[in-house]
Amino acid sequence: MPELSFASYPDLREQLLSKQTTCEAVTAAYLARIQSKKHLNAFITVFAEKALVRAKELDAKLASGKTIGKLFGLPIAIKDVIAIKDERLTCGSKILSNFTSVYDATVITRLVAEDAIILGKTNMDEFAMGSSNENSFFGAVKNPLDETRVPGGSSGGSAVAVAADCAMVSLGTDTGGSVRQPASFCGVVGVKPTYGRVSRYGLVAFASSFDQIGVFAKNAGDAALVLQVIAGEDKCDSTSSDKPVGDYAAASIDLSNLRVGVPKEFFTDALAPDIAAAVNTKLEFLKSRGATLVPVSLPHSEHALAVYYILAPAEASANLARFDGARYGYRAADVKDLTDMYVRSRSEGFGAEVKRRIMLGTYVLSSGYYDAYYRKAQQVRRLVREDYLKAFEQVDVIAGPTSPIAPFKLGEKVDDPLAMYLADIYTVPINLAGVPAISVPAGVDKQGLPVGLQLIGNLFDESRLFAVAKILEQSEMK
Amino acid sequence: MEYELVAGLEVHCQLNTHTKAFCGCSTAFGAQANTNVCPVCLAMPGSLPVLNARALESIIKMGLATNCRIAPYSTMARKNYFYPDLPKGYQISQFEDPVCSEGFVEVDTGDAKQSSLKKIRLVRIHLEEDAGKSIHDIGAETYVDANRCGVPLIEIVSYPDIRSTREASLYLQKIRQIVRYLGISDGNMDEGSLRCDANVSIRPKGQEAYGTRTEIKNMNSFKSVEKAMEYEVLRQTEVLESGGRVVQETLLWDADKMETRPMRSKEQAHDYRYFPEPDLVPIEVTSKMLEQITSSLPEFPEARRDRFVAEYKLPRYDAEVLTASRDIADYFEATVKTSGDAKQSSNWVMGEVLRTLKEKAIDIADFSIDAGRLGELITLYNGGTVSSTVAKEVFALMMASKDAPSKIVNDRGLAQVSDNAAIETAVAEIIAANPSQREQYRSGKKNLFGYFVGETMKQMSGKANPKLITDILKQKLDAA
Repeated sequence: MPELSFASYPDLREQLLSKQTTCEAVTAAYLARIQSKKHLNAFITVFAEKALVRAKELDAKLASGKTIGKLFGLPIAIKDVIAIKDERLTCGSKILSNFTSVYDATVITRLVAEDAIILGKTNMDEFAMGSSNENSFFGAVKNPLDETRVPGGSSGGSAVAVAADCAMVSLGTDTGGSVRQPASFCGVVGVKPTYGRVSRYGLVAFASSFDQIGVFAKNAGDAALVLQVIAGEDKCDSTSSDKPVGDYAAASIDLSNLRVGVPKEFFTDALAPDIAAAVNTKLEFLKSRGATLVPVSLPHSEHALAVYYILAPAEASANLARFDGARYGYRAADVKDLTDMYVRSRSEGFGAEVKRRIMLGTYVLSSGYYDAYYRKAQQVRRLVREDYLKAFEQVDVIAGPTSPIAPFKLGEKVDDPLAMYLADIYTVPINLAGVPAISVPAGVDKQGLPVGLQLIGNLFDESRLFAVAKILEQSEMK
Repeated sequence: MEYELVAGLEVHCQLNTHTKAFCGCSTAFGAQANTNVCPVCLAMPGSLPVLNARALESIIKMGLATNCRIAPYSTMARKNYFYPDLPKGYQISQFEDPVCSEGFVEVDTGDAKQSSLKKIRLVRIHLEEDAGKSIHDIGAETYVDANRCGVPLIEIVSYPDIRSTREASLYLQKIRQIVRYLGISDGNMDEGSLRCDANVSIRPKGQEAYGTRTEIKNMNSFKSVEKAMEYEVLRQTEVLESGGRVVQETLLWDADKMETRPMRSKEQAHDYRYFPEPDLVPIEVTSKMLEQITSSLPEFPEARRDRFVAEYKLPRYDAEVLTASRDIADYFEATVKTSGDAKQSSNWVMGEVLRTLKEKAIDIADFSIDAGRLGELITLYNGGTVSSTVAKEVFALMMASKDAPSKIVNDRGLAQVSDNAAIETAVAEIIAANPSQREQYRSGKKNLFGYFVGETMKQMSGKANPKLITDILKQKLDAA
């Protein structure tokens, strides 16, 4: 069985093509690793047999001399909020704990068409609502770097799968930071593309105007390879963009032409000083390599979290209405009548955080409150977006911390939703603006816990983010 | 006190696109339950809607035909409520920015002699999807058929400009006429492709302020609309006359009991929590699109009626009848094309054809005599090949046959005899066989002439040219 020590996907691919190893051997090794890391609780479903069958098919394909896909043999894990035909699609919720999808999400079709091997579905905060992966019907996920700590959320399982070498890459989803924050907490790369860059068809919606599928990997190059396969227009998602997809993996940059915006709103008292120090080290590194650091202001940042917690729950309250016990999913037993079926199926099927957000969303959309909350929040969202677009007239990327705090202890914030929400203050504004961002490892804090640096790009400027991220990786290796 | 009705109608019209509003499923009526479905219209987790371009085109056509402003940008919205036949838990509809707004239609409230146009203004026309069908009559359970989920509808909302139940009915007929002319809906009320809710209030005649209104739902025919509104006017009048106050509420029309009754309180007072549908991008209607759609519009009924008067020299009333339906008007024009005789074509279409359609309760599309064959029959008649009586007989035979009328006439030997010698022989025989009648005629009882015509026609099995019979009889009888 091979050691799981591939430097990157191109390294694995080279070994597969040169017959030093096989898809079957690699897949078996990853499946064994998943088994040995079971206590981290990163997976909800493991495709043990199916992945091996697929690996053998791919080995046969290679042997037959047929053209192989761009992600040939890539072992990948998928957040359990993305539909795979004939597989369970739980969204980390009791209400869908026994639900099987009847169709494939567009990203799955694209991954499979390029010969990736799907290992299983990863754990997550219920319906992608949470920042610690403690809101899962299937139990909390542990951070492999310190198992007493949270891995971040909501895509905690996907971040852990990559960090613990249970998969080479994974897909997560990012509505307010759910890829970048767990990437930061687990010391891996996590990218959230521009809104509309990746099709949402087959992604169970939390907040439709924020949700984007993103990628976790050990390095920016692998994330870029996967993103350029899954990105691009999809006729099944009218919010997907028809802009051509760049060659992200090949992106490079001359730092002497790079202007890096440093927003003062991201370096306030809320930021732990040792995290600030780690981030600053990276900024200085970029500067030493020729980049220009430019102070920028994103004046509406302070309203971002409030706006997000009005708009995202509003959309969620409608998106989650379909889970009513009528057609599929959990239905309470012995219901008296229709209302009883609705009330009990939903009360028993949803967890506390999901119910909290449904109630919040229902409230802000209610007649008499709509103008004061939803409409006002939409207006402020526009201002936040304009902050970013204006800043990008002066700079090429914006850089700052991904999270204001280090990975916290399991159970530490479960009873304090507001403290939990604050973990997302630097990631949420990016989803409001719809721009892309990537979190890359940026050393450790004073406890030795991982710190993430967030690079934010202009709309559809993913190539530049990957190029800068690759240079930062070199500094990390030294 | 004398009261006046003030009403506005909300008309739902099912569009006849081949596929649903937001997915590729068929809209065919009558398919087996839950077969025209997919992840999108079943609201499977993760599925997304994509707007049907044909549905958008249809509502724009409707807006143009009703003098509406077409919004360059409009948005879809979610209308939230729970019901088992609404799989997503919300209906995709429009709220703040409908595709069409501020239009009007004109209805003719006059009679056959004198037309009197009344303008009824439209608040808006918006696009939305239909819900599925709940089936309550199989055992104790309720079943849902999702075939109808996502079928495109337009909702046409009028201002409270309607002042009588007749106006309401005329307005509804006008809407049906327009959607049929545009070819965007079959407009059948009995199949539910046209549905109507009415907002009804009354006020003392001469008063300007509106009274409190009630909303009547569940009116499934033109007759129900009139009856329900009449009932409601009487009910509200009684309430006011007895010193009470009309309560603003939603009422259901019960066509069996012929009365309105309040919906259960649970069925009303929804807070739909509308908000813009984030899964669909705003709808953009470019001026180029608008131009293309405008140029594809058919001639509207009023213009066509006027053209029929001018071009075919038809009386206005006839033109009105012929243009009431686009299919009938098309049929008429195709008939004229073959027969070359507008007046005769009009007589036949308005007479035999419309009568037959009414008797058989069918549409012109299902009528077995196409315009080409009718035109040919008219040509046979005009050319003297058949008499008017025989022409009607041939018309009846054509309904059961696909043959050309000339073939039917030949096969059955129905051609009119215009052979002088044959008629002369028959006339001579009849005169000879009726000596007493001949005497009476000659002594002045001239009305016996008809008797001789009839006898001669009988002798010739009805196929003789009646003009020739008349001429020859006259000559023989009057000859000394």
